[in-house]
Amino acid sequence: MRKTLQLLITSALLFAGVSHAQLVVEITKGQSDAVPIAVVPYGVEGQPAPTLDVADVIAADLKRSGRFAPLEKRDMIDRPTSGDQIRFQDWKYLKSDFITVGKVSADGPDRYSVQFELFNVLNGQRLLGQKIPSAAKDLRATAHRVADLIFQQLTGIPGAFSTRVAFLNVEGAAPNQRYKLIVADADGENQQVIANSGEPLMSPAWSPDGQSLAYVSFESKNAAIYVQTLRTGERRRVSARAGVNGAPAWSPDGRALALTLSRKDGDVDVYTLDLNSQVLTRMTFDPGIDTEPSFSADGKKIYFTSDRSGGPQIYEVDVNDPRNPRRVSFDGNYNARPRVSPDGKQLAVVHQDGGNFRIAVIDLASRAMQVLTQGRQDESPSYAPNGATIIYATQDRGRGVLATSSIDGRVQQRLAASAGDVREPVWAPYAK
Amino acid sequence: MRAMSVVLVLLSTALLAGCPKTTTTKPEGAGAGGTSGAGTSGYQGNGAGSGQQLTAEQLALKEVQQAGSVIYFDYDKAEIRPEYTSVIAAHAKYLNGNANRKARLEGHTDERGSREYNIGLGERRAQAVRRALMLQGVPEAQLATVSYGEERPAVDGHDEAAYSKNRRVEIAYGQ
Repeated sequence: MRKTLQLLITSALLFAGVSHAQLVVEITKGQSDAVPIAVVPYGVEGQPAPTLDVADVIAADLKRSGRFAPLEKRDMIDRPTSGDQIRFQDWKYLKSDFITVGKVSADGPDRYSVQFELFNVLNGQRLLGQKIPSAAKDLRATAHRVADLIFQQLTGIPGAFSTRVAFLNVEGAAPNQRYKLIVADADGENQQVIANSGEPLMSPAWSPDGQSLAYVSFESKNAAIYVQTLRTGERRRVSARAGVNGAPAWSPDGRALALTLSRKDGDVDVYTLDLNSQVLTRMTFDPGIDTEPSFSADGKKIYFTSDRSGGPQIYEVDVNDPRNPRRVSFDGNYNARPRVSPDGKQLAVVHQDGGNFRIAVIDLASRAMQVLTQGRQDESPSYAPNGATIIYATQDRGRGVLATSSIDGRVQQRLAASAGDVREPVWAPYAK
Repeated sequence: MRAMSVVLVLLSTALLAGCPKTTTTKPEGAGAGGTSGAGTSGYQGNGAGSGQQLTAEQLALKEVQQAGSVIYFDYDKAEIRPEYTSVIAAHAKYLNGNANRKARLEGHTDERGSREYNIGLGERRAQAVRRALMLQGVPEAQLATVSYGEERPAVDGHDEAAYSKNRRVEIAYGQ
């Protein structure tokens, strides 16, 4: 029917606007030893005053991490805006271990600078102090950056509050479902609809530079893989072969996709596709189902799901020696959809645990597995770029919601859409 | 149930849509009645001396409609259970008698497990039906597969009653 186009560019989906499905974030399990911190409302200097309360965004970020317990504003007896105004005795009395103060100054009609400091309340030591210029429209992003810096200073882990998450929102009852691919800030704000279809959309995957998403769309009534650049809306159809076109995963250098094809013979296998030359290279040769590829951090290996031994298990293969795969998972009879941690040392997988599907992590050195979640139908794990948190899809009273878990399982939160199901979250890499 | 009616509607519209191109061998409006006794009342010869062929096609179509167009599977399995032999046979007969018809085999799974693995499983089910039809002489060119995995459930729900309705291959006659 329709000719397969190697390059299909459309900008129709570009300014698709804001989704109706607001995400509501709820912490379901926090650390009992969360660190008390005072995020004092930042002062405002000059006109016009910013419309955003920067300190509110910072406090919300720190609270959502589960590792910090920001002091309630009503309990603050003083509102210092710079270090020399802080009476540390007062904050010690309020049992805050750390305090951040600052001010937002208007530098022009839509230019601000955010000046902030972080102190250790117990010894009065100044831990951080910076001035960050910001366009008015970027104030929220700047607030996330301040939260990232504070988080890193106090935990040793880079913050991931400035990052974004892509996910699918599905509304309506079958067969009249509406599928939307949405990109939002990690706190659920700033939602943008990237693609919108009455046919299924699935398997979004961020390019390593965070500029593009690959995803599967059934809009032509068959599966096809598209790569869409977020800023311009330019979209290329990169694979629309007979049968399955699925599970796109980017190589770390962004030049290739690993993907799953069934081609004419119906054998479901993993291939790599060079995005420039369009050359396909077969990576698996087993007659079983081989799918869900994920590149190792150095790009030399591909982890994938295969049912060659019966049920699905995780295997690895050297990209340069695809004829010699090795089995990686051995716990239980169902392990699928491996995702490599940013440091390359762990895999997050979907693991069947006594009839329930849960997210587990496999330590690649010891092959030890740890089950992180407690749901019935948990799936689609994705690491935050700092490796500290995994976001995944789960069900809450029959509805698809998103959830996060710290990789030690101590901090968990849930993100539900105001309308419809949300699923297949993928955490974006740090912006480059 | 929904799946079934969708398939039948597709079948009907496909036959209608096919008419203009094949006016010498195709009946007008065959199958347009969907489930309600399709092919008997709407029959109307439109070509010269092809009456026997048309009747055979309509009989085969009726058999297809009686047999149904959905094959259900066991959990994580792609083997066609013996009770569906008649479904395969009816569709094979229809396709063998109508070389210009193309069947689209849509594989589906229940919601359990990971989504892309389920795409693989749905494809395997669609391929099992494809092979069964080819064993009965249906040419490869008349068959296409697509796997929706768990993305298009026939029935909403999170229990075995729903799951057993969702693990299926639908045989559809499109474009």
